Amino acid sequence: MSQKITLKVNGKSVTREVAPDRLLVQLLREDLALTGTHVGCDTSQCGACTVHLNGRAVKSCNVLAVQAAGAEVTTIEGLTPPTGSGEMHPMQAAFKECHGLQCGFCTPGMVMSAIDLVQHHRCGSEAEIREGLEGNICRCTGYQNIVRAVQLGAQQMK
Amino acid sequence: MNAPKDGFIGQSVRRREDGRFLTGRGQYTDDIVLPRQTYAYFLRSPYAHARIKRIDTQAAAAAEGVLGVYTGEHFRAVGGLPCGWLIHSLDGTPMKEPKHPILADGKARYVGDQVALVVAESYAQAKAAAQLIEVDYEDLTPVVDTAAAKDAGSAVHDEAPDNVCYTWGIGDKAAVDAAMDGAAHITRLEFRNNRLIPNAIEPRAANASYNPADDSYTLYVANQNPHVERLLMCAFVLGIPEHKVRVVAPDVGGGFGSKIFLYAEETALTWASKQLGRPIKWTAERSESFLSDAHGRDHATVAELGLDAQGRFVAMRVNTTANLGAYLSTFASSVPTILYATLLAGQYTTPKIYAEVTGVFTNTAPVDAYRGAGRPEATYVVERLVETAAHQLKIDPAELRRRNFIRSFPYATPVGLTYDTGDYEATLAQVQELADVAGFAARRAASEAKGLKRGLGYSTYIEACGLAPSNIAGALGARAGLFEAGEVRVHPTGKVTIFTGSHSHGQGHETTFAQVVADKLGIPLDDVDIQHGDTGKVLFGMGTYGSRSLAVGGTAIVKAVDKVIAKGKKIAAHLLEASEGDIEFEGGEFKVAGTDKKVPFASVALTAYVPHNYPLDKLEPGLNENAFYDPTNFTYPAGSYVCEVEVDPLTGVVRVDRFSAVDDFGNVVNPMIVEGQVHGGLAQGIGQALLEHGIYDEHSGQLLTGSYMDYAMPRADDLPTFNVKTAKGTPCTHNPLGVKGCGEAGAIGSPPAVINAICDALGISDVPMPATPHNVWQAIQANR
Repeated sequence: MSQKITLKVNGKSVTREVAPDRLLVQLLREDLALTGTHVGCDTSQCGACTVHLNGRAVKSCNVLAVQAAGAEVTTIEGLTPPTGSGEMHPMQAAFKECHGLQCGFCTPGMVMSAIDLVQHHRCGSEAEIREGLEGNICRCTGYQNIVRAVQLGAQQMK
Repeated sequence: MNAPKDGFIGQSVRRREDGRFLTGRGQYTDDIVLPRQTYAYFLRSPYAHARIKRIDTQAAAAAEGVLGVYTGEHFRAVGGLPCGWLIHSLDGTPMKEPKHPILADGKARYVGDQVALVVAESYAQAKAAAQLIEVDYEDLTPVVDTAAAKDAGSAVHDEAPDNVCYTWGIGDKAAVDAAMDGAAHITRLEFRNNRLIPNAIEPRAANASYNPADDSYTLYVANQNPHVERLLMCAFVLGIPEHKVRVVAPDVGGGFGSKIFLYAEETALTWASKQLGRPIKWTAERSESFLSDAHGRDHATVAELGLDAQGRFVAMRVNTTANLGAYLSTFASSVPTILYATLLAGQYTTPKIYAEVTGVFTNTAPVDAYRGAGRPEATYVVERLVETAAHQLKIDPAELRRRNFIRSFPYATPVGLTYDTGDYEATLAQVQELADVAGFAARRAASEAKGLKRGLGYSTYIEACGLAPSNIAGALGARAGLFEAGEVRVHPTGKVTIFTGSHSHGQGHETTFAQVVADKLGIPLDDVDIQHGDTGKVLFGMGTYGSRSLAVGGTAIVKAVDKVIAKGKKIAAHLLEASEGDIEFEGGEFKVAGTDKKVPFASVALTAYVPHNYPLDKLEPGLNENAFYDPTNFTYPAGSYVCEVEVDPLTGVVRVDRFSAVDDFGNVVNPMIVEGQVHGGLAQGIGQALLEHGIYDEHSGQLLTGSYMDYAMPRADDLPTFNVKTAKGTPCTHNPLGVKGCGEAGAIGSPPAVINAICDALGISDVPMPATPHNVWQAIQANR
């Protein structure tokens, strides 16, 4: 029943045999050991598993691996060079600068959503940013510094 | 990073842990993959209260990939999960402590109670096999409601036929009754403190393995206090030697109390890992977290405040029934008693207080500490009473508070605590300015013009953090010590590794603790590394809960650093050919007072490990010290909050428009981190006030709010931008850093401020939490 799929993950081509019910997040975490993408719920509400699929944010718990065949996937690991130059994507750097994270568990999904928000949606006002992050739950920060981080990250991405 | 001119303490140093979290290199328990690991699935009871007449596991055991199937009978020989605090009832009898079995034995007592453990080669196989287990349940009447549990006519445990675990009290009842009889005015409120479900975004997870080579175990677990976890599991449940078990709590994705406790799942995994000789991994699905994480709050309370004709508080009388859930979780018994009623004085001079608390068993998930743990419940009682009294007596709520503030310290309350320091007038005055209370009337008029009702509510809270000292807590029933341990390992090159018993699951210890140590030793921040969360590395630890990490864990580190400096002085005296008494340590250098003779810290460290020119006859080589610190008192953070809401009277929708907070945390090491902690606490407190509610169906005992579709977590667009200020503050008088703790304040102080604001907006005396549009609308209709 399993299918062979080829996709690009963080710029590299990968080919894997996957069962038809395998989720994209399982492929990433378990088969490719990209554990930066997290799972925080089972109803596609929390957004911790958010990655980019062909440049748009998706909840990877809500996408079958076979649906990603031929696609380009970017995870949190793909935003930075693989070895420790310390260089971060402007949105990652903004989260650090603004203390937009505490325990770090929702953070990868939050950063991937924030980048999508800046690239594809209106986020000029605080209200637009708050509405835009509605699909990502954070239990630690009260969102205030996440909003500030998105504002700073948006500036830096220009 | 080299020290700024005034040192690292007080600077908003950006967090050192962020690099790994932001790039996907954090390592949480579920990220850990062990060779030959297997997967666990727990079959959970679909009934709230049922006799288990028979379990047939044959088909499951024979299913593809299944390695082991275990039920309650496998764990009959080991202990139950222990409760860490013994509470005595008013009549002197000890609390009822029925066994909390690892897997349900004979009876399932809440929906989600673990009935069987299936271990298989894959998670999918374990989960599928569990569906083949036949359980013959006899459905019994569930006990659900907190207030009605005593009279439910059905017993959760045979040991407690009326479902009462204890009836505990504090204070002089006769004196309070007499004072109440003489009061000019009594304000009375009857309310529920809503059940909350903690919901750390990382679900609970564990990975247990057994090594036959040396008969040892390693348990990775999402936990806030790995040494306590190990002690409880080894000494009270499994009976395996403590020194043969290593517990690692790696990166942990939030705790909020829910990961303090020893749970059945990791205990069962540890036991079964030896049976199978392979590692076993389990990660909760979110639905399981809702069902099986320890919940918080859930009180039913009647509270009265007596005042004299001048508006001075003369007495307070409180009667609370606290829902403990189906079993006593690790600290369940202490939360609604010791951590609750002792806070009922708040910031006020109320001379007489009596509180009685009945802890009841119900067929619901165990209830235990959740951010604030007893103190939010107490603050809600006090601050709702005070504000309601002010409205009833037509006294400005801030003025009524001022008339009753404690103004001289130390102050002994009638409920067992002695506050060391505080300045409540200062934080209230500051928050009134920050919140622009003077401009409220104009804002209210502007809201009226839009057809909306605007209200303003205060909350001036106190909390008690860094629970201590151990001997007094022991006399009150604590079964654990309340100290913290720290070790300073100076390496030959002068680099330093700190091992702390505190645990960071979002609090930023790797940064804050390093700031303290770098300042004390006068070395760059990058020369200090903080290690925590591993019993194989850290000497001992009580972990992180109750806003204790810096006040207790930080102090242990400071004391160990002091020992390093003291030994360094001896080495420096030898090197500089001076007397030890003449050596001063400043700015990372040991100096001979009044001369230019000096030797840097790194040279002293090198000398300690290469002791060629060294007083070996008098001094051991090496530079490595540890300290245990047992505080002499709690710390008492306090603050003043003002919430302003707009309510739509047609729909009952509440919008928090402004929220201002001024907190006195004593000295502050990293203001950025402290403000972040307040933000998070406020979000959880406003969540309790407006959104969150763990609801069980009163007839079936089913959890109705078992997913993020049903349980309203605060999201970005539910919250305002907070106006947060840390007051210059009154330093704690009994720890060397002068720090108090900031982790829970926001969650403690905010719920009554929100409800007070809603009541003010609508001119009503109460609205139940959470103040959902439905509840607010109902309150509006009831008060028409």
